[in-house]
Amino acid sequence: MLSRLLGPIRSTTGTARWLLVAGVAITGVFVLMALLAPWITPTDFAQRSVDGVKLPKLASPSGEHWFGTNDQFYDIFSRVVWGARTALTVIVLSVLFSLVIGVVLGLVSGYVGGWTDRLLVFLTDALYAFPSLLLAIVFSFVLSNALGGGVVAAALSLTVVYIPQYFRVVRNTTVSAREATYVEAARAIGAKDTTIMSRYLFGNVVQSVPVIGTLNAADALATLAGLGFLGFGIQPNEAAEWGYDIERALDDAQAGVWWPAIFPGAAIALLVIGLTLIGEGLNETVNPALRRRRLQEVVMPARGLATSGVAAAGTADGTEGER
Amino acid sequence: MPTKPEATATAVASDSLFDVEELEVHYDLRGGSLARLFGRDTGVVRAVDGVSFQLRRGEVLGLVGESGSGKTTLGRALLGLVRPTSGAVRYHAGQGPVDIATSSNRELRGLRRELQMVFQDPNAALNPSMDIETAVGHPLKIHGIAKGAELRHRVADALERVGLAPAERYMSKYPSDLSGGQKQRAVLARAVILGPELLVADEPISMLDMSVRAKILELMLGLKADLGLTYVYITHDLASAKFFCDRVAIMYLGRIVEIGPTDEIFASPKHPYTKALLAAIPEPDPERMVPRDLPRGEIPDAAKPPMGCHFHPRCPEAVAQCGWESRDLRVLLEEHWTRRDPAAYEREGDLVGSLDKLDTPAKEATLGTGSSAAEVHQLLDRIRGEDPSEPLWSGVEEVVEGPDGVSVRFKAGVDPALRQSDGVEVACIHHPVSVTLEPARGDG
Amino acid sequence: MSVPTTASSGPVVRAEDVRVWYGTERGPVRAVDGVTFDLRPGEILGLVGESGCGKSTLGRGLLGLLPDGAKMDGALEFRGENLLTLSKRELAERRGVDLGMIFQEPLTRLNPLMRISEHFRETLRTHEPGLSKAEMDRRALDVLRRMGIPPTRYRSYPHEFSGGMRQRLMIALALVLRPAFVVADEPTTALDVLVEAQIIRILHDLRREFETSLLLITHNLGIVAEACDRVAVMYAGEIVEIGDARQVFSDPQHPYTRELLRSTISLSTTGLHYIPGAPPDLVEPPPACKFHPRCPDAMQVCATRWPAPVQLPAGSRAQCWAAEERNRLIRLTEDERRPLERRELSVADEA
Repeated sequence: MLSRLLGPIRSTTGTARWLLVAGVAITGVFVLMALLAPWITPTDFAQRSVDGVKLPKLASPSGEHWFGTNDQFYDIFSRVVWGARTALTVIVLSVLFSLVIGVVLGLVSGYVGGWTDRLLVFLTDALYAFPSLLLAIVFSFVLSNALGGGVVAAALSLTVVYIPQYFRVVRNTTVSAREATYVEAARAIGAKDTTIMSRYLFGNVVQSVPVIGTLNAADALATLAGLGFLGFGIQPNEAAEWGYDIERALDDAQAGVWWPAIFPGAAIALLVIGLTLIGEGLNETVNPALRRRRLQEVVMPARGLATSGVAAAGTADGTEGER
Repeated sequence: MPTKPEATATAVASDSLFDVEELEVHYDLRGGSLARLFGRDTGVVRAVDGVSFQLRRGEVLGLVGESGSGKTTLGRALLGLVRPTSGAVRYHAGQGPVDIATSSNRELRGLRRELQMVFQDPNAALNPSMDIETAVGHPLKIHGIAKGAELRHRVADALERVGLAPAERYMSKYPSDLSGGQKQRAVLARAVILGPELLVADEPISMLDMSVRAKILELMLGLKADLGLTYVYITHDLASAKFFCDRVAIMYLGRIVEIGPTDEIFASPKHPYTKALLAAIPEPDPERMVPRDLPRGEIPDAAKPPMGCHFHPRCPEAVAQCGWESRDLRVLLEEHWTRRDPAAYEREGDLVGSLDKLDTPAKEATLGTGSSAAEVHQLLDRIRGEDPSEPLWSGVEEVVEGPDGVSVRFKAGVDPALRQSDGVEVACIHHPVSVTLEPARGDG
Repeated sequence: MSVPTTASSGPVVRAEDVRVWYGTERGPVRAVDGVTFDLRPGEILGLVGESGCGKSTLGRGLLGLLPDGAKMDGALEFRGENLLTLSKRELAERRGVDLGMIFQEPLTRLNPLMRISEHFRETLRTHEPGLSKAEMDRRALDVLRRMGIPPTRYRSYPHEFSGGMRQRLMIALALVLRPAFVVADEPTTALDVLVEAQIIRILHDLRREFETSLLLITHNLGIVAEACDRVAVMYAGEIVEIGDARQVFSDPQHPYTRELLRSTISLSTTGLHYIPGAPPDLVEPPPACKFHPRCPDAMQVCATRWPAPVQLPAGSRAQCWAAEERNRLIRLTEDERRPLERRELSVADEA
């Protein structure tokens, strides 16, 4: 199964492969940063002093503080690296949640049809029609009251935003796949509805989901930063968050202190680019409409050598080739 | 043809495996979104329209017809894959008779062990993301019959039984790795792995390459002999039905028009539709030429079947009582105009007016307007004069000039039922020959 | 637009040693590999063979409708003019006017938003500018009438027609410009038996009405027997036998033709028969005679030397050592004649 999934990726060429490789490389750096944060950073994300010595405020980048420090006495390098951990955790959680919920709902809705389908389509369409940031703010507000302003609350509020996308795609493919002969064949061998959905439909309707997942991941990151920037996201004492840092740095940036804003900003931009590249690369490979078969130049050997050295045939009627 | 080992063994019970009685399967026609919005009745398609027949244990029954004949729906109704609107599908199972038409989904799932299906398109009948071993073994797993090594063993057996040997070579393959013939073999393996009693085969060879068709038919005959299967063979191909079936039922627009032993039907077809089908098969016989006397037109809309005998508009043997009606008049006029030059068409078309009002089935049709009535009448007489043998005219009761134009009234028609005639059953007014041709009650 | 002078009895189409190869990552696919035939005015030539033998590729190649990455060589003359030297643009101008095509799926070839009348006007306007609207309608209605489509339907949309009617429409659209040569690729495959017979009859009558030469591509031998004057049997990119349809069907010279006829299930079938194995991979076709791995008559020579096409006394042309030997055109040595020990063909090689 895995080799079948990876098949088209291995066969990628040209642009698609380049997009994938670049995307994976950029994203890989952030993943490493997230994993190794405790060991590669000089300070914790909310640490203002080292060995009892208070960190300087708004110190410019130097050998000691590579990216400088900000107005809260934080080491910006540490904040950026820890921020990667926050961002990736939220992205992975939110994409995972919305993917699971969206796919299951879409599968059921598309297969069962009728009123269930109509109701779910109506609800998700309503969600989809909402501006995504506004939706995230509303849910973040609600959820942070219930769960506190942590990583999980942020991930959940983003989840709601992305459920409709998976739902739509999976539901629509299910509606057409449900009519496929192999589904009827499954019913003919006595499979229950749940079996049909899990064994016959699932594998065939989720094929475009990974692409949406990676593209959503990029979008989720931007939304998360937006939430942080507006102050609705993760609380500063819970985790380092790039959007929040940029917001804090805005006033200083006007005063010419560029480093507290530029580094988290660059981190957001780079990770968004990396994730988007992966998404587009996957799209190119998985989507047959975009995939272009490599055309090979045909070299036809001159006639006479082609088949067996026997002279070519004569014309249709009358004169025949003699041997 | 191979013998039927099961047929004699079950002499205690009746010979019958299935008794289908007055089966009807109707589909609601999905109209346009506007029609649905306003809750307009958009009609029903009578996919199967009152079919009764008996399926005998161990026989091969062919359901033969063109698209829209209801043969596929009928086959699926036997398995409970479509729900009948009315009628009974009595299955004489080992543990007593069951009516498939009224069984619950749960009961039906249990019956799947006995009733299996093979599909037309082998490329679509297998789940593209399931390997052959899992696909063929899934019925055993679903019914909790085998698992683990036992399952694997039985899958290998089934694969080798259908010619996919050595089985190890195919088990880990995906459908996309196999050729059409191999896929159809895998589908057959999946169908017989539960040891069913009935196999409904829906055009099992029509999508395969010529050189493989015979192989699959041969395999099916072998499976039947080994496993004592009963087949329902659904096809549009009379030639393979002639070779493969013990009995055939010729279907047209949801009904059986002729049913009987294969030899009988092919030796002396009785229904004009059967005759037409036989004449139309392109045979690789250099002495045969393109048939000239083909039925005209195409299969009518099943939502609005012709009145009287459904085949009458195309029938070369139609007579006065066959159920002539307004739509036939439209066809007649249109055919007339394909023989006329454009100028004449323009003139006559204006005279007659729009033909769309003829599309509603009726025993009376009005053409032209009050002022043009006389001219329209003349036109009709002229058309009649050009081809007096056209059977439609015999079905016309009278042509009257009225204030709204010329009104053509048709005679009452007969919708013939299936009747015994020389060893077969035929639904045609000409059979059996002794039936009088008096117009009867009830039309369409 | 002048009507061809049928008096000049030269062939309308003459193909000599035509090859069409596709490039793939595994190497070139020899879809058509050295095909020679000609087509006389008003003649119907049937092209038959299993799927994957190159019939459709040949049909498209004749009209210059090959996809990118395909290469074609040999000689292809249309009324004495070599089509292979024409530019893409010149070839496109020829299509419709001189060369027509009838496809399998008529609905996909018609614009659902255009009325039938507009389809005809568009076609006529493109290829014969300067016609008046009345003249265009006259031409269209005339050809529709011959196809049995009543004038009352002239302003309908494609979806308002039944399958058979649509195929009639396609034929009418292909013929309204009166091309001298038409390729029909499986024109009846999607149709019901009775409608199929109607369409075959129309195609059969084309020459009387339009003086059109037709290349009828089909997998149905019955259609060829009933509608065609001559038949060409293709196998693995080659025409293995070509000749008068009656002659070929009653006395097939090539074993492939014979086996194909035997394996067809017809009303007179009393026993099942089939050709073992599947058509070869056209990237690496078998050496010498491409049919030898499946041939029941294969001899040693069949696996070592390629049989060139030969005119046989019976009138057909075939490329088969056994046929030549049988007709005493050559004498093979004892060694060459020895039956070929064939590898067992199993389901693994099945099509």
